[in-house]
Amino acid sequence: MSEWWSYRLGSFLLFSQRTYGSLVASYNAEIWPLQPVLVTLGLVALVVAVRSRSPLHARWVWLLLGGAWCWVAWAFHLCRFSTINWVAEYLAWLFALQGMALLWAGVVRSSLCFQPRSPARSALGGGIVAVALLAWPLVGLGLGRPWAQAESFGALPDPTVIATLGFLTLAPRANGWLLVIPLAVGALGLAMAWGLRAAAA
Amino acid sequence: MPVPSADRRTLLRQSLLLGVCGMLPAQAHAQARRELLPTALPPSPLAVTAPLTRPIPSSNETLPLVGLGSWVTFNVGNDRAAREQCADVMQAFFGAGGKLIDCSPMYGSSQEVIGHGLRSRDALARVFSADKVWVSPAARGPAQIEASSSRWGVPRFDLLQVHNLLSWQDHLVSLFAMKAAGRLRYVGVSTSEGRRHAELEQIMRSQPLDFVQVTYSLRDRRVEERILPLARERGIAVIANRPFEQGDLLRSLARHPLPAWAAELQCSSWAQFALKFVISHPAVTCAIPATTRVDHVRENLAAATGRLPDAAARARMAAYTDKLL
Repeated sequence: MSEWWSYRLGSFLLFSQRTYGSLVASYNAEIWPLQPVLVTLGLVALVVAVRSRSPLHARWVWLLLGGAWCWVAWAFHLCRFSTINWVAEYLAWLFALQGMALLWAGVVRSSLCFQPRSPARSALGGGIVAVALLAWPLVGLGLGRPWAQAESFGALPDPTVIATLGFLTLAPRANGWLLVIPLAVGALGLAMAWGLRAAAA
Repeated sequence: MPVPSADRRTLLRQSLLLGVCGMLPAQAHAQARRELLPTALPPSPLAVTAPLTRPIPSSNETLPLVGLGSWVTFNVGNDRAAREQCADVMQAFFGAGGKLIDCSPMYGSSQEVIGHGLRSRDALARVFSADKVWVSPAARGPAQIEASSSRWGVPRFDLLQVHNLLSWQDHLVSLFAMKAAGRLRYVGVSTSEGRRHAELEQIMRSQPLDFVQVTYSLRDRRVEERILPLARERGIAVIANRPFEQGDLLRSLARHPLPAWAAELQCSSWAQFALKFVISHPAVTCAIPATTRVDHVRENLAAATGRLPDAAARARMAAYTDKLL
């Protein structure tokens, strides 16, 4: 293909903001009240990651994270998002792969301890997780979307990706490879949000 | 006097306000109704007039000059309300005399949504089904076509196009074989947004195509130079996609007033102005704007009625919009 330069972000968006919002709202309604449960578990995990030195406690955190990635892969990407976006089938594989990687590194091998850690790393990682858990669901409201379309940790991709980046920041010995998929799908999510917003303007 | 500029949503809102409240003097009210009617009223009288048609050069079968695209607009997944809305758009489209609906396996759930509209409205007899094959390697083409026709609920397609020229050499062999066997009526290729025109030209010169699909709009007129003249020379029908550039063109134009002389061309909105420009090119067989709204589909079909601009008027339309955009 010699004319990739001629493609714009909108050339790859198969659906409208309205359709995506409707899909998210319908998904949120179907899984309610899983969202507050997952956010609460996320907050507990954050406290554990910041305060506990126990490797066993760290395992529970990565079990939650790995499970969240696998849930988003199946429940959101494969069962819902793929109905309007064939790319979601590939995203489901990526999310499942990341979930398995987190479970392998954090639970099976127990190689993702949260200590020892510098104060700066604590502040940065903790801040990122807090944004993902508490602020991200409000972003949509700020952009004029209804509460029913709020995106929360463990249920939808973006806050799950951001929270994972925060937890990996809190784990000083985390392998850099564990960042590849979150950074890639995070950039993709950002591009999609930007493209949808531009198309709807 | 220039007609005030407004986007479609504004026009609809204004028309409701004007109609219900009757706040304007009689003359102004009549003027406003003239401008607003095409987008405002459900059973538009414009829809009663059959749209103008143009023949497919390879068969002389005629097609209405305005069809219906489905990119983004019909990809609504399993949202029942949105699916019914799309079915309503299709019903209004057929009711206004439309025939050609275009889709692709690339467009998410659009094929299923079209199939739903065709089933629930018993419109199979009216539709001119235009779809695409979009897969590589081309050996997977027949299975994809089978799946597409199942989603549409049609026994065979009227037209199949090689989407974005993907593996066109192998796909065209299969499509021509299907046509020879009576399992397909027309064969074509598609591109969009001006891509790969040199290769498209080569295919048009070397293959017995019935159709090509290209991007053509009031602002994006790249096909006028070589592709459209070649289509006329080779007797190939032309489907013009993205006549509104996915709404970008109309959003840009809406910032400016529609010129008063647009009324001479029987255009009551920028949408009709842009569409009349595209379908008035003698090489264009059908333009395929996409929409999710019944009033818009009626307005689009209405652009294919009445008078079409001649060469001088077309030049004026292009020059005027070039100055604005």
